[in-house]
Amino acid sequence: MAAALEILFTASFWVAAVRIASPLIFATLGELICERAGVLNLGIEGIMVAGAFAGWITVYSGGDLWTGVAVAALTGAAFGLLHGLLTVPLGLSQHVTGIGITLLATSLTYYTYRLALPEVTSPPKIEAFRPLEIPVLSDLPLIGPALFAQTPFTYLAFVAAALVAWLLYRTPLGLALRAAGENPDALEAQGLSVTAIRMGAVAAGSALMAVGGAFLTMSAFNSFFFEMVNGRGWVCIALVVFGSWRPGKALLGAILFGAFDAYQVRLQGVVGDAVPYQVFLMLPYVLSILALVAVSRRASYPRALMVPYRKGER
Amino acid sequence: MTGAAAAPVVLRLEGVTKRFGPLTANDAISFALRRGEVVALLGENGAGKTTLMSILFGHYLADAGRVAVEGRPLPPGDTRAALAAGLAMVHQHFTLADSMSVLENIALGTQPLWSPRLDRGRALKRIREMSADFGLEVDPAARIADLSVGERQRVEILKALYREARVLILDEPTAVLTPQESEALFATLRRLVARGLAIIFISHKLGEVMAVSDRVLVLRAGRLVGERATAETDRHALAELMVGAEIARPDIGPAQPGPALVEMKGVTVGGLGPIDLTLRGGEITGIAGVSGNGQAALAEVLSGTLAPEAGTLAIEGRAAGAWSPRAALASGIARVPEDRHGVGVIGDMSVTENLVAEAYRAPAFSRRGWMKRPAARDFARRVIRDYEVKCSGPEAPARLLSGGNMQKLILGRALDGAPRIILASQPTRGLDVGAVAYVHARLLEARARGAAVLLISEDLDEIMALSDRIHVISRGRLSPASARGELSIREIGARMAGLGFDHAA
Ligand SMILES: Nc1ncnc2c1ncn2[C@@H]1O[C@H](COP(=O)(O)OP(=O)(O)OP(=O)(O)O)[C@@H](O)[C@H]1O
Ligand SMILES: [Mg+2]
Repeated sequence: MAAALEILFTASFWVAAVRIASPLIFATLGELICERAGVLNLGIEGIMVAGAFAGWITVYSGGDLWTGVAVAALTGAAFGLLHGLLTVPLGLSQHVTGIGITLLATSLTYYTYRLALPEVTSPPKIEAFRPLEIPVLSDLPLIGPALFAQTPFTYLAFVAAALVAWLLYRTPLGLALRAAGENPDALEAQGLSVTAIRMGAVAAGSALMAVGGAFLTMSAFNSFFFEMVNGRGWVCIALVVFGSWRPGKALLGAILFGAFDAYQVRLQGVVGDAVPYQVFLMLPYVLSILALVAVSRRASYPRALMVPYRKGER
Repeated sequence: MTGAAAAPVVLRLEGVTKRFGPLTANDAISFALRRGEVVALLGENGAGKTTLMSILFGHYLADAGRVAVEGRPLPPGDTRAALAAGLAMVHQHFTLADSMSVLENIALGTQPLWSPRLDRGRALKRIREMSADFGLEVDPAARIADLSVGERQRVEILKALYREARVLILDEPTAVLTPQESEALFATLRRLVARGLAIIFISHKLGEVMAVSDRVLVLRAGRLVGERATAETDRHALAELMVGAEIARPDIGPAQPGPALVEMKGVTVGGLGPIDLTLRGGEITGIAGVSGNGQAALAEVLSGTLAPEAGTLAIEGRAAGAWSPRAALASGIARVPEDRHGVGVIGDMSVTENLVAEAYRAPAFSRRGWMKRPAARDFARRVIRDYEVKCSGPEAPARLLSGGNMQKLILGRALDGAPRIILASQPTRGLDVGAVAYVHARLLEARARGAAVLLISEDLDEIMALSDRIHVISRGRLSPASARGELSIREIGARMAGLGFDHAA
């Protein structure tokens, strides 16, 4: 029992928690932006796969790391525009389209992978982002290494959360975006285009999802292999609800999930094989569901979420 | 208000035409609006008033015609251009984001989208100034969801003023206001006109039109059929112009009270009660009062959506057991709900489906659980004809109907089939004078055949004209009944303000 508790006081546990959380932070922010504008984006899982591959292949073929991030973002934005086109001006079902985007992005990625590397059996590694220790701060106990001895990609995740929060609550654009998800009529009555705002939000949100995917290949596993995203996209959908559609709370939710995940790995070591290891793998998901149930009953979702808007109709 | 004949023209429409399929909603409409005047736009339900204003505002695209603001042509179908030219509109159904604050709703879209910072400080200062200047009191930090209807309307007007509108369009602004709120609105309008704004005011209430407007335009079936200076006309002439015929006042015979069909004793629920109320067959019982004093709870108890927390409810002498909407319908209670968008109709369903929504189990419309479509459609055709519901046919989606026509649809559903007990909440809100007369006639008909009618209305004239017995409701309590003609309108007004109630108890 004591050993199980001690895990919580090791620096490596907190470092791992934040690292596991980083891709989730990006993708959750991306989903949050889409949903705040009124569009559910179930393309998230596939877009993360595409982003993971796009970033990795850029670096593998000689590109610079930040170029890889940018290429991933552009790839995500392209899928986002497709999802936006189908669901916003054409008003198709957001669920069905989103699942379609996930299938399309996943299979296109594997196809491109096979085309680019026909011979490869074990996925080649790339020179990924390295940890960047921030002097003084990284010497703080526990949270020092967790927050200030990560890769620049992780720092970017925190910056992104702050920027999204600023955008949503402090800028005219954010106001318009929230209105698009609350009452599109209010937006249109003030002379703004619901279509433009929603399309923009879905493209930008999808870019963030793809960057989240790229984190996996460029700052965690350092190579690309199939099934690496492994349901992280779906976790982010739940994290948006858990965070009541607020960037700050969503960030905390992602770190909480990262902590559950890092904890279960270490707990396996302590408990040994008295309990089947699958139980531990399940743990973060079970805890997430419980947290979701506890938190989200009061959550107020965007009123116009999943409601298509057609101009000139009542 | 002051005459403005010499003032410059701010808005000019020429030959504006709009068709929806076979229906011509606006037919070659031309008129001019001058600085500092209030023009009232009158017309029956479905005459095309809202459509015309939506064209001005760029929400609908006209099939023909031109609009010019201060001499410059307005590009069609472009809301942003309309706003920039100084047009602003308070819609029949408000366009506010409920979970956002007053300030956010007002500031929405007023700054370039890409500016790095929303200037809350400046917005706050301007909103405070405007509130004070025009008597539009509202807390800029409050969430819209927490505001009353009257306050929401003030926010809509502030939105217009914040953009320095020169033409303000108000689509049935008083339909949802209490009489006091309407008075406050008129005071604000007077101040606005004094500052040189021009106002287009849509209303079915002729008294209001006479009080606030300088000029009246009358639309009938999409055409502009008349224009009058308000000072040179009167209510009767306007009503005639609107419906094309004189409206006869209903003549009301003496009541022939029958047995008590509904008896409430000590009924308490939420903020209502304890109240005692008896509804007799062959009588119309009126509930007068400013809305928000318990009318909604009273209506909900009778229609079965709320069960009484204490006290007894008996229908035709039998105690009502498990009380639910279906039980209420089964005991012959027909209702005309107050909130026609929320509860009254389902927008995406057709007129027919809406009409049979409460009666789909009745043998007339179903056989062993299957719906009899042809029977339902015939019923829909009859309601459309009898109640003059203007729509493209029984299959039209209900959301395409004009506000007043939706109300007629609900009435048709409620009153058809000779119900024994009728609950009518604000049955004529938003209806034109012709339709109001028709509804009143129908309620009196029900009374004549022995039905018990509960009429809940804020319109004192309506209550006084129809009710055989009048209760005043105030803060959830009912006054004792007064018989027809027993109290004057002033005495009832005093009771509405809470006089004669024992609220301390
Ligand atoms: N988008 C639309 N599609 C089809 N028909 C429409 C549409 N919008 C309005 N109409 C029809 O046009 C006619 C005019 O409607 P409008 O809303 O302008 O009436 P109104 O004068 O405002 O009536 P009310 O007093 O009841 O509000 C109605 O018959 C209505 O059913
Ligand atoms: Mg209208």
